[in-house]
Amino acid sequence: MIIAMHAPDGFLEPVIAVVTGIISVVVIGFALRQSREQLKDKAIPLAGITAAFIFAAQMFNFPVAAGTTGHLLGGALAAILLGPSVGAIIVTTVVVVQALAFADGGLTALGYNVLNMAIVPAYGGYALFRLLRRVFPATAGGVVGATGIAAWASVVMAAVAFSIEWLFGASAPVAFDTVFGAMVGTHALIGIGEGIISALAVGAVLAARPDLVYGAQDLDRAQLSESKMGMRTFVIGGLLVAMVFAVVVSQFAVDNPDGLEKVAADTGFIASGEEHSLADSLFADYATAGISNEGFSLAVAGIVGTVVTLLVVYGLFIAVRESRSRDPASV
Amino acid sequence: MGAGHSHALYVHEHSVVHRMAPQAKLVAALGMVVSIAITPREAVWAFAIYAAVIVGLTGLSRIRPGFVAVRLLAVAPFVVFALFIPFIATGETTEILGITLSIDGLWGTWNILVKALLGASVSILLTATTEVADIIRGLSILRVPALFIAITTFMIRYLELISDELGRMRVAMTSRGYDPRWISQARPIASSAGALFVRSYERGERVHAAMLARGFTGDMPMPDTELANRPQWAGVLLLVGVFAGTAIIALVVL
Amino acid sequence: MSGVIDIRGVEFSYPDGRKVLHGVDLEITAGERVAILGPNGAGKTTLALHLNGILQPHAGTITVCGIPVVGEHYREVRRMVGLVFQDTNDQLFMPTVREDVAFGPANLGLKGEALDRRVDAALEVVSGSELADRPPHHLSGGEKRRAALATVLSMEPEVLVFDEPTSGLDPAGRRELILTLADLPMTQLVITHDLPLALELCPRSVIMNRGRVVADVPTSDLLDSPDVLADNRLELPYGFDRSGDALSS
Repeated sequence: MIIAMHAPDGFLEPVIAVVTGIISVVVIGFALRQSREQLKDKAIPLAGITAAFIFAAQMFNFPVAAGTTGHLLGGALAAILLGPSVGAIIVTTVVVVQALAFADGGLTALGYNVLNMAIVPAYGGYALFRLLRRVFPATAGGVVGATGIAAWASVVMAAVAFSIEWLFGASAPVAFDTVFGAMVGTHALIGIGEGIISALAVGAVLAARPDLVYGAQDLDRAQLSESKMGMRTFVIGGLLVAMVFAVVVSQFAVDNPDGLEKVAADTGFIASGEEHSLADSLFADYATAGISNEGFSLAVAGIVGTVVTLLVVYGLFIAVRESRSRDPASV
Repeated sequence: MGAGHSHALYVHEHSVVHRMAPQAKLVAALGMVVSIAITPREAVWAFAIYAAVIVGLTGLSRIRPGFVAVRLLAVAPFVVFALFIPFIATGETTEILGITLSIDGLWGTWNILVKALLGASVSILLTATTEVADIIRGLSILRVPALFIAITTFMIRYLELISDELGRMRVAMTSRGYDPRWISQARPIASSAGALFVRSYERGERVHAAMLARGFTGDMPMPDTELANRPQWAGVLLLVGVFAGTAIIALVVL
Repeated sequence: MSGVIDIRGVEFSYPDGRKVLHGVDLEITAGERVAILGPNGAGKTTLALHLNGILQPHAGTITVCGIPVVGEHYREVRRMVGLVFQDTNDQLFMPTVREDVAFGPANLGLKGEALDRRVDAALEVVSGSELADRPPHHLSGGEKRRAALATVLSMEPEVLVFDEPTSGLDPAGRRELILTLADLPMTQLVITHDLPLALELCPRSVIMNRGRVVADVPTSDLLDSPDVLADNRLELPYGFDRSGDALSS
């Protein structure tokens, strides 16, 4: 199956390329300002070398299931190790250099490639990490568990982001729910690799140099030495996250499709009754044509897209809040 | 798509294109790719023009067409996806060789394939004629923020070192019989990745110390680049003009 | 009387609590070549990092050419003290050797032709002019050492401090380095495990152990005292013959 990261030109309509391009430029500009403040001039060699590390790590593929291989994205890992803004910058650097110097990923696709591979995983992944840390024990084990789940989710979020972009800017007549299903399905698998590798890597860093893990700065020595995490807590946490999308969506169970359409209409996603005029103007015809239950699909898109967007925005918000409260001398 | 690029795609030749200032090439590449992307798929004649010009540029750069073709294989996964489209797409269908295919789907495949391949060709030509360090210099002339340029410069400098270290770790592990086939055996890899991160971070601190030792106070020295001269910009203008013009005509005519 | 380097009572602990320097006193006069010997973990590198203010002592003072090594003087001190690091990859961080060699003087304010001349001169001294436009990750170990030395020489320092300069070099590379160092007029401090290097290049040797100076003698005397060497985890190479001429300053 295909991994639509490093997408080439022509995959999505130009409008989407422009819109995501603008979003990426604005967010990365914000991230640059945050990075400058947060790490002062030490950021430069450090961020560059970590970017090299992520770039190198991405070169190794791992098998996830018959016929599918994946590779590390690294956005969540970078965010947990160095902070969400620095993490976003680092992966952006990797993506941009891959496009410009290695011809990997289209030049016009940079807008959504950066958004999907750097911004969403770094900020969204970090936000989820923070939320999980609130419920997981405040120990090294808790940090590792939170990292694993957040990193897995960050890959799924990237797939969701791409699918939403397809909804608005499909360049070929493949229905949204087909793309969504394929993308989110395969990336839920690939994300397992990302989760495991990220968790183990953070665990290794915590064991050697705990001061280097941005996401664990609040732990003291005693807490750091506690490296096991209750299996039960971990499983519950993981299932909880995985089920957020599924449970919310399943409330609009297939056996009540009319109810779903009604909800979708009430919330303004679709004009009820007549021709779906909003859909016509906003969503790409291609993406919505041929879906057996359009209301259901768009509701899924709406809910899932909203969750991902909220997480990313929360991530941006935390980034600002943490940089304000952080003692500059301590980093 | 990670394993493909362990080495940059630069091909050492002496050609007009190689000699062009990097910022000019970046502008040209962008102009070409944007034009390709906005061209409506039905304007097949437009894509023919683009392809012809790109082939000409390849010759001008003294790059072997075979080289570009091989690098284009990197777009393969997306090609595979695109080829599936007519089978899964919606809309009116037609029959080819007894198989029912969606007409819109066929157009969709064409759209993705032609733009992806032409766009990738432009990227490949850019990277084949411009060294990575020059690409970064070009970006800095085009006013990309200095912090970003500095981070990128360090990344490029240490990329080979870190890949080598990662490679050495794998050799060491394999020599001790480690042969990971399933993700469940990821523990040693991931722990080494963690160890490598710590070493990389500590190197970052030492590099920072070395910079301080040579008087660094926060401003990275800006790379010294020659400006592109008039004939080069004229060439860029011509090239982008041809592409943009073609795209606009295609848009208007349809 | 104060020398070109004056270290008095310096103590230092790392952030994780490890105390590494327990009161170091050392005085170096202009033009001297001094070897700093001692076991791993003795604090040699830590001490070196104090000489240009990268680390700050928790007690004691350091003066270089009469200037105290404190915040307001860092810029000047860093021009005067050239530190050549153990891992050359830490020191060659620019895309080309030329840019690396130019980094220091550019920070001192040099530009244009004056900068180019300084860079070319430094590369000449290390016989490294042909390395100028190469990226550092493509250089061999010996070439990297020469380039790293040039990056420091371009700042025209008064004092050079080397951390394990011969480690990782093949015998020919080592010989080239020794010849280069022998020709340099500035004061030199050489942290090393390479006793023959110390004997050949440095008339004076200082041994550090557990964060203190435990011996400060002419190098030749030291090499006649196997007990002192053994106490400090040092040893002469097998079959070493001291009849070669020692290079004096």
